[in-house]
Amino acid sequence: MTGPMSPTRSPLDPEHGRHLLLQMLRVRQLEEKCVELYSAAKIRGFLHVYIGEEAVAAGVLETLSPDDALVATYREHGHALLRGVAAGAILAEMYGYVEGCCRGRGGSMHLFDAATHFYGGNAIVAGGLPLAVGLALADKMAGRSNVTVCFFGEGAVAEGEFHESLNLAALWQLPVLFCCENNLYAMGTALGRSESQTDIALKAAGYEISAWAVDGMDVLAVEEAARRAVDAVRSGGGPHFLELRTYRFRAHSMFDPERYREKAEVLRWQERDPITLLRSSMEAAGQLAGEEWAQLQADAEAEVAAAVDFAEAGTLEPVEELTRFVYSERSAP
Amino acid sequence: MKSSYREALRAGIRDAMQRDPRVFLMGEDVGAYGGSFAVSLGLLEEFGPGRIRDTPLSESGFVGAGIGAALGGMRPIVEIMTVNFSLLALDQIVNNAASLLHMSGGQFHVPLVIRMSTGAGRQLGAQHSHSLEGWYAHVPGLRILVPATLEDARGMLWTALEDPDPVLIFEHGSLYNVAGELDDNAGPVDIDSAAIRRHGSDISLITYGGTLPAVLDAAEQLAGEGIDAEVLDLRTLRPLDEATILESVARTHRAVVVDEGWRSGSISAEISARITENAFFDLDAPVGRVCSAEVPIPYSKHMELAALPSVERIVAAAQEAAGARG
Repeated sequence: MTGPMSPTRSPLDPEHGRHLLLQMLRVRQLEEKCVELYSAAKIRGFLHVYIGEEAVAAGVLETLSPDDALVATYREHGHALLRGVAAGAILAEMYGYVEGCCRGRGGSMHLFDAATHFYGGNAIVAGGLPLAVGLALADKMAGRSNVTVCFFGEGAVAEGEFHESLNLAALWQLPVLFCCENNLYAMGTALGRSESQTDIALKAAGYEISAWAVDGMDVLAVEEAARRAVDAVRSGGGPHFLELRTYRFRAHSMFDPERYREKAEVLRWQERDPITLLRSSMEAAGQLAGEEWAQLQADAEAEVAAAVDFAEAGTLEPVEELTRFVYSERSAP
Repeated sequence: MKSSYREALRAGIRDAMQRDPRVFLMGEDVGAYGGSFAVSLGLLEEFGPGRIRDTPLSESGFVGAGIGAALGGMRPIVEIMTVNFSLLALDQIVNNAASLLHMSGGQFHVPLVIRMSTGAGRQLGAQHSHSLEGWYAHVPGLRILVPATLEDARGMLWTALEDPDPVLIFEHGSLYNVAGELDDNAGPVDIDSAAIRRHGSDISLITYGGTLPAVLDAAEQLAGEGIDAEVLDLRTLRPLDEATILESVARTHRAVVVDEGWRSGSISAEISARITENAFFDLDAPVGRVCSAEVPIPYSKHMELAALPSVERIVAAAQEAAGARG
């Protein structure tokens, strides 16, 4: 099944609306700080920020339970943060410090956190999908009612692992929710230049998976679709698929001169900035006072400032530990 | 009791399934077909389709799913038909299974076992006959097992499943029908050390897996010529049991490495390098090597045999080393 979600929507609870705004602001401000820190050479390697796409992670993660598992991509700072990984541990990881969520071994593209069932941080496009299928298989075999949510970009759709994973998940009716973050560009390759069929939800439907396309700039639409999908998956309805139509406002990475798209296109999408969209509609409905908005911004800023302080105070892992964790440490016989 | 290598492998899988409810087997044709080499024959009937899972032809998909299931607390055994096919899953094996623990700063263990057949000798041509276990032995984070005996076929799986890290087991295709006596009480074996299969004092013949029988035959022939060869079965290619290798060479002062892989950049090159690095002054002759010819393995029987290590070539290499005067 493909097509738009039902337009009927329950009235927005203002407190919930403010919460979603804060979640998106937290991601936006963390990412803007990352860009700044990269320019200041505090962060190195590749850095991919999520600015413009915040509604996707904010909406989907809102619907998950603590025991659910998450698999994400190399553009995953926001997913980690909203899943509950401390902003300080995320930034310290990018600084390459041992206080980072992976002791500085992973960096920006490889955030992992066992406590929140956050399985990365996968930088091989589509490489995370089979992992998600396996995590869901383990839950199903063990009789647990968890859901595994797997994020990936539309570039992953061209990879064989996408098709192998969707087929397996559908064949075995596994509790996994596939979330395709369709931001229209696989690095610099536009969707229409890489796919013969650009309707991604339709591809998923071809595997007998319930699939919906969703406005990924509308956090309420994302949340509603995700809630329906997660509930269906959790209650034994098999895998589900969301194509979340979104847009990356910034370059692919810090090395991208953006030769492949027009400024006007970016500006057009920025008119539908997910934070501005929700803020405007809440203001119009009298659900967001000026001081409330200021407070949300201040809260997000304070969190990021504290995270920077935490990362700045970080320390380097001793070089003697280089070969630790190549293999598991066994207790002495 | 009498057992074939195939039956010993099957008994190992059955043990594991009975012992631990987290263990399951998945791969292409492991269920209804009974396994492409009949290793899992009868297990579907015994354990049901939930634990003996036939997969689509999606090596990357089901190997990755095995990694995910391991992360999720299961103890999967993933069967890949041949090492050639495992190349379709190389991304998952190298980028995920081998890397996750280190990349995550020690948070995520991958207790996964992958079994696959390897090697030539059955006229299956270039896409079913290669010996690529040496490639995998290049990768930190993996443990590489190469059972050559019935005891190891039976017992390595058990130990591998108790390992918190990914273990790859390579079963040489020419061994499946090898039969012999296997102790009724055969059980888990260590997966850390090499084994000396024949004691000798004149030369160390170092090998593993499918070439062990030919090396043992060569040692018998050499004995008739007054050369007392020691035969070392590596059993594990990563981590290498360097101590046993060096200890043997220190006694015999001569070594020939026999490896069905290609010579260039091979595990035999690694072993030769370790010997020259660590036991150079113990050597009375250059380290010799018998490897496969550097060609895709051909179909026709005479050409295939010409490409592979043979008893004759092993004997000749040993004679050359033994003839060298230190």
